Amino acid sequence: MSNEFQGTDRYIATDELMAAVNAAVTLSRPLLIKGEPGTGKTLLANEVARALGKPFFEWHIKSTTKAQQGLYEYDAVSRLRDSQLGDPKVKDIRNYILKGTLWEAFDCDTQPVLLIDEIDKADIEFPNDLLRELDRMEFYVYETHETVRARQRPVIIITSNNEKELPDAFLRRCFFHYIRFPDAETMTKIVDVHFPGLKRELLHEALTTFFKIRDTPGLKKKPTTSELLDWIKLLVAEDIPPEALRSDEARKLIPPLYGALLKNEQDVHLFEQLVFLNRRNSR
Amino acid sequence: MLVKFFFLLRNAGLPVSITELLTLLEALKAGLGDMSAERFYYLSRTCLVKDEKHYDRFDRAFAEHFKGVEDIFSMLQRQLPPDWLEKLSVRDFSEQEKAAVEALGGWEKLMETLKKRLEEQKERHQGGSKWIGTAGTSPYGAYGFNPEGVRIGQEGGRNRSAVKVWDRREFANLDDKVELGTRNIKIALRRLRRFARQGAPDELALADTIDATARSGGWLDIKMQPERRNVIKVLLLLDIGGSMDDHVNTCEELFSAARSEFKHLEHYYFHNFVYEALWKDNRRRRNEQKPTAEVIRTYGPDYKLILVGDATMSPYEITHAGGSVEHWNPEPGSLWLERLMKHYPKFAWLNPVPQGRWRQTASIDMTRDMLKGRMYPLTLAGLDQMIDALT
Repeated sequence: MSNEFQGTDRYIATDELMAAVNAAVTLSRPLLIKGEPGTGKTLLANEVARALGKPFFEWHIKSTTKAQQGLYEYDAVSRLRDSQLGDPKVKDIRNYILKGTLWEAFDCDTQPVLLIDEIDKADIEFPNDLLRELDRMEFYVYETHETVRARQRPVIIITSNNEKELPDAFLRRCFFHYIRFPDAETMTKIVDVHFPGLKRELLHEALTTFFKIRDTPGLKKKPTTSELLDWIKLLVAEDIPPEALRSDEARKLIPPLYGALLKNEQDVHLFEQLVFLNRRNSR
Repeated sequence: MLVKFFFLLRNAGLPVSITELLTLLEALKAGLGDMSAERFYYLSRTCLVKDEKHYDRFDRAFAEHFKGVEDIFSMLQRQLPPDWLEKLSVRDFSEQEKAAVEALGGWEKLMETLKKRLEEQKERHQGGSKWIGTAGTSPYGAYGFNPEGVRIGQEGGRNRSAVKVWDRREFANLDDKVELGTRNIKIALRRLRRFARQGAPDELALADTIDATARSGGWLDIKMQPERRNVIKVLLLLDIGGSMDDHVNTCEELFSAARSEFKHLEHYYFHNFVYEALWKDNRRRRNEQKPTAEVIRTYGPDYKLILVGDATMSPYEITHAGGSVEHWNPEPGSLWLERLMKHYPKFAWLNPVPQGRWRQTASIDMTRDMLKGRMYPLTLAGLDQMIDALT
C-alpha cells in the first residue's frame, strides 16, 4: 500500500484533490470537503480508506444529531428501567455507556479513516462542540471519569453542502477543499471508470447532451455527476443507440430517459421550451 | 518565511490567521509542497482558504505575490479600451523570432515604454512588433510571445503550460456578492429564527422527568412539554410592477424562501413607495386594498418589517402629497414610511439594485437617509447585514 492517495480504480481524483487529501493524511488534520451535490464528496472518504488500506468509520449527521452522540451516549432510560426491575447490571455505569463512532475510531489500533458526512445538516453549534475532540483527538467521559485518547490520530474527512456557515474556530482546525464540477475531460475519465466497455460514440453523445443540459439557463437543479452515471446506466440497460441522443435529429424533443437527469417538472418544461425555440430558430 | 504573502492575503480581505500560516509551514516542512509551483499553490490554498467564495481573492493575491506585477496590470487594464485586446487571431512564432524579441531591457524599462506607447497609440492594433495589441511580438498585449512580455487582458490559456492555475481564476463567480438561489436565501433567513416552546405539551421532557422521578423516590413521574417552534414574525412589503419588473426573479426567490422559512409571515404589495393603502393580491389591487393604518394596527411591533423595492422613482413620489404615479395620495409617502418605522422598531429595506448604482439615483439616497441607512442590497452579504440589523 502506498502512502499517497492518487485516486482509485473506481474514483478519479484531480491533482488538487490529491494534494489536499495527502496534506490532510500527512499532517493528520481534518479535511473539510465542499462542492456541488453529486461530485463524490461522500465517496471520497471510502475510497481514501480503500486506497490506503485503512479501516473505515462513518458518521452520518442529521438535523437532530448532537456532538455528544459521536463520542458516547449514557443510556439513562434503560438504567432507570433496570433499577426498577432490580437488575444487578445497574451497579456498573459502564453497562449503560454506548460508544459513538468517534470513540470507536479513536479505539482503533491502526490509523482509521473517519467520515463525518454532511456536517452542515446539524445544529449551528455542532461543529463548536467538536473543537477539542478534533484538535487534540481526545475527550473526557464524565460518567466514568476517564479520558479517551486516540491511539492513532484518524484521518478525518468532513463533508458539507454549505447549508450553514461553519464557525471560524472550527475552520481554522481543518484543511479545506472545494470539489469543482468536473470538466469534459475529467468527466470522460470518470465515466470510463464506471462503464469500461462503453461505446465511444454513445459516451460522446451522452456527454454532449449532458453538458448542454447543464448549460441550460434557469434550471432549478442542474444534473450532476452521479445523475449522469445513473442516466448512462439506464441508456446501456435500455440499449439506446447513440443516434437517438442527437437532439436535432431525434424526433423527440428531449433526450430519452430524461427522468434520470432532470428532477422536477418545471425544469423539464423549461428544457422543452428551450429545445423548441432552438429548433424554430435553426430552421 | 511567507510572512509577506500572509499579510498580502490579509490585506486582500482573506480571513487567515497565524495558526493557518503555521500549518502551511508545517506542511511544507513535511515535504508536501516542494514538487512544483502548482503543488505549492494547491497546498497553500488547502491550508489557508476555508471557503470557496474566497478562492478568487486567493487566486488574485497569489498571482500578485508571485509575480509582483498584477497591480500595474489592473491599472493598465482600466485605461486600455478592451477591444484592442480582443483575441482575433493567434500567431505562431518561429524560434528566430522568439530570439529576436528576447529582451528589451529590465521590467521598469518595459513599463516605462509601455506608458509612453499608451500615450502615442490611439487605435486598435494587432500583429506587428511595436504597438500594444494581440498576437504580436511587441512585449505588450496578450496571446503573443515575448518572454519578458507584459500580459494585458488575456482571457484563458492559449497554451496550457503558459497560464498558471491561479491566473485562470476559475472561481471568479463564487465570490459572495453574486445573486442568490432560493436555498441560499433560506439558509440566510434561517439565522432570524427564534425558538420558543408554545402550545400543547406533547413531547417528553426527559430532564424534567428524571428530576421528578428522582424526587419521588424512584417512581416514574412523566413530564411533558410543548414542541419547540420558530416564533419569529415577519411583515414583508414588496414593491411590484414598473421598474421592479427587472428584479422579479430575485424577488420571487426571496419571497418563496421566506414563505417556507417563517410560519408567521404576512406580506403586502405596494407600488414604488408605501402610501395609505396596501394590497395582498395584485389582480384585485383596485378593489381589495387594506389601509396601511389598519395593517399597522393588526400586526404588533413584535413583527420585523422588511420592505423590498428598488426605491427608484421621481423624488416627488416620496416627498409630496399627490406625488404618486397612479393615484392621488393625500399624504406624502415619506410620512407613511415614518409611521411604519415608528411602529416597527426592527425594520430594514432590501434593494435589488446593485449597491454600486445606488449613488446614481436620488430617490435611493433619499430613502436610505430616511431609513437611517438600513437599506441593504439583495445579495447574500446584504441579507446577512439585514439580519444583524433585525436581531
